[in-house]
Amino acid sequence: MYDAPPFTTQETAVTDVKIKADKVQVYYGDTHAIKDVDVQIDDKTVTAFIGPSGCGKSTFLRCLNRMNDTIDICRVEGNIAIDGEDIYDKRVDPVQLRAKVGMVFQKPNPFPKSIYDNIAYGPRIHGMAKNKAELDEIVEKALRRGAIWEEAKDRLHEPGTGLSGGQQQRLCIARAVATEPEVLLMDEPCSALDPIATAQVEELIDELRQNYAVVIVTHSMQQAARVSQKTAFFHLGNLVEYDDTSKIFTNPEDSRTESYITGRIG
Amino acid sequence: MTDASMDSAAPKRRFVSLTAEDDRTRKRNAAEKRFRMYGIVAIAIGLFFLVSLVYAILSQGLPAFKQAVVKIEYTLTQEQYDDAESKLLKTAVYTDNFVAYLSEEMNARGIEVEFDAAAIERLLGKVGGDLRAFYGENEDMVGQPVTFELAAASRVDRYLKGTFEREDLQEGNRFFMAEDFDLIDAMQEAGFISQAFNWNFITGVDSGVDNPGGAGIGASVLGSFFMMLVVLFLALPIGVAASIYLEEFAPKNRFTDFIEVNISNLAAVPSIVFGILGLAVFIQFAHLPQSAPLVGGLVLTLMTLPTIIISTRASLKAVPPSIRDAALGVGASKMQSVFHHVLPLAMPGILTGTIIGLAQALGETAPLLLIGMVGFISRYPDTFLAGFLEPNSAMPAQIYNWAARSDAVFTEKAWGGIIILLVFLLTMNIIAIILRRRFERRW
Repeated sequence: MYDAPPFTTQETAVTDVKIKADKVQVYYGDTHAIKDVDVQIDDKTVTAFIGPSGCGKSTFLRCLNRMNDTIDICRVEGNIAIDGEDIYDKRVDPVQLRAKVGMVFQKPNPFPKSIYDNIAYGPRIHGMAKNKAELDEIVEKALRRGAIWEEAKDRLHEPGTGLSGGQQQRLCIARAVATEPEVLLMDEPCSALDPIATAQVEELIDELRQNYAVVIVTHSMQQAARVSQKTAFFHLGNLVEYDDTSKIFTNPEDSRTESYITGRIG
Repeated sequence: MTDASMDSAAPKRRFVSLTAEDDRTRKRNAAEKRFRMYGIVAIAIGLFFLVSLVYAILSQGLPAFKQAVVKIEYTLTQEQYDDAESKLLKTAVYTDNFVAYLSEEMNARGIEVEFDAAAIERLLGKVGGDLRAFYGENEDMVGQPVTFELAAASRVDRYLKGTFEREDLQEGNRFFMAEDFDLIDAMQEAGFISQAFNWNFITGVDSGVDNPGGAGIGASVLGSFFMMLVVLFLALPIGVAASIYLEEFAPKNRFTDFIEVNISNLAAVPSIVFGILGLAVFIQFAHLPQSAPLVGGLVLTLMTLPTIIISTRASLKAVPPSIRDAALGVGASKMQSVFHHVLPLAMPGILTGTIIGLAQALGETAPLLLIGMVGFISRYPDTFLAGFLEPNSAMPAQIYNWAARSDAVFTEKAWGGIIILLVFLLTMNIIAIILRRRFERRW
């Protein structure tokens, strides 16, 4: 009845905790969207958030780089620490935080500028390059990491919006890594892509794991099983279960998790 | 019994032909046809009024751009020049010489007509002065044939255009005598009178009621220009800054809602209200100079601001939020995301809104009446600064002014002024379209 998805071969190496969330509550106006979420996200690991639509996984992801700040009615309580520092501390500037915690969105959203400028924008505003040559280097490195260098190198000065959907999403990933973040948040990065582009992006995520803590929200359980080492299952605003991916998909402790991954709910 | 119930359970299907319209379809089709007819009628009515408007404006206004001139080849001999310059009333001698020359030329063409210097002055203005001014500057032309184009008085113009007949001449008119008609006829027969483009109408300044032909719209065009400068340099930055703040930074609360509602209301406030506000605040309270384009520009800025704010906010809203997310996601600050990404994308809309606001301000008359920009302006400002501070008029106010005068020539000028105003408005709209095309980014 249920085919167990293939697992990534690497066992989760024992790593440092990168993000530690403690009793996080999120409210949208009167709606209590996230209830009491405790989670520890490891460095150099891909962590997947799964769960049915509206369960709060994207909301929680957006808490991790304070993108929820842009929503007026959104209120976050509890404690989220990156490298031991509370990111909701009054002294933390969300702009500095977002340079450290990059984000890739559901829909590819390149700036309506050239491919080069798309990548160069972040490094430019953070003053990462002293001159044009250094910037060129950063752009090339980012595009290579985004696995789009080969396709883009001859058209660096053409608009990024002229690329195909999958290429645009890889461009957005390249843009996110160009600023050398430590954590990369991905909000359903493949939902607008076809299977081939999805495979390319997944391969890319696996490579990115060498350098970053990657947190990915996905609707596809197969994808979660393929790319992640840790999986968190959200349901109705609660974090139901959080464990190694292999454990979640083979031997879940909570009955709701089991129902979800076997397709009975959600 | 059972048969009957069987029948009702499976009613016999009636054959419906697809080739014949049934009643409902016919009704629906008829309704659709009627609706299309209404649309066509509405457009036809609109077009009819547009065409009549354009026709009326062009037919009445175009004559203002043409002017009757007396074109004549005239030679002033060296003796005449020396003689005239030695006399006390020099221009009178020039006039007499010209009169003598003109009647000689007419006689040579076999046309007999009696006229004196006074008649020439009535028809052509101060010819002697014009001639003397010319020879004063071009002394080397003395003794050589020179072709002069002498602008005819407006009544000559109107007589030739058929709007001023012999019967219209009233007893005791100092500006025109009955025998002048004969002289015009004679000159026309001699081929001296022709039509020329009336540059003076575009470059000249307003003239008194005794010289309607000499009135030009130039000074008020300049007045409008200085007002538009003020509006552009105040309304654009203030309006754009206000909209960016309201749209991107301001918290959404009762107070900003209140401001928002009031901006929308301001856009609908009659312009005369802004006029009286300007009178009270800028002139009576701040003691800025009356009738000055600076004050006019300030009043029009107040009037244009809501338009600019509303259109700017609309174009900021139209920028997809994913672009803001993308910018924030790579660590741009709120301001960087607005200025680097949102604003450039909203630029075409902002420019279009601004130019449309400016065009609205350009055609506005009512507030100018209240701050005194309807005066009689008979000279250009001397310096750039004076252009802002000295009394001036504006195009629509000048048109209003002319339309209120009794002389039919001024009415013609008013129509001509409307053409010039429309040309400016059209140009601004075309600039708006071009800018929008240029800055528009493809997604």
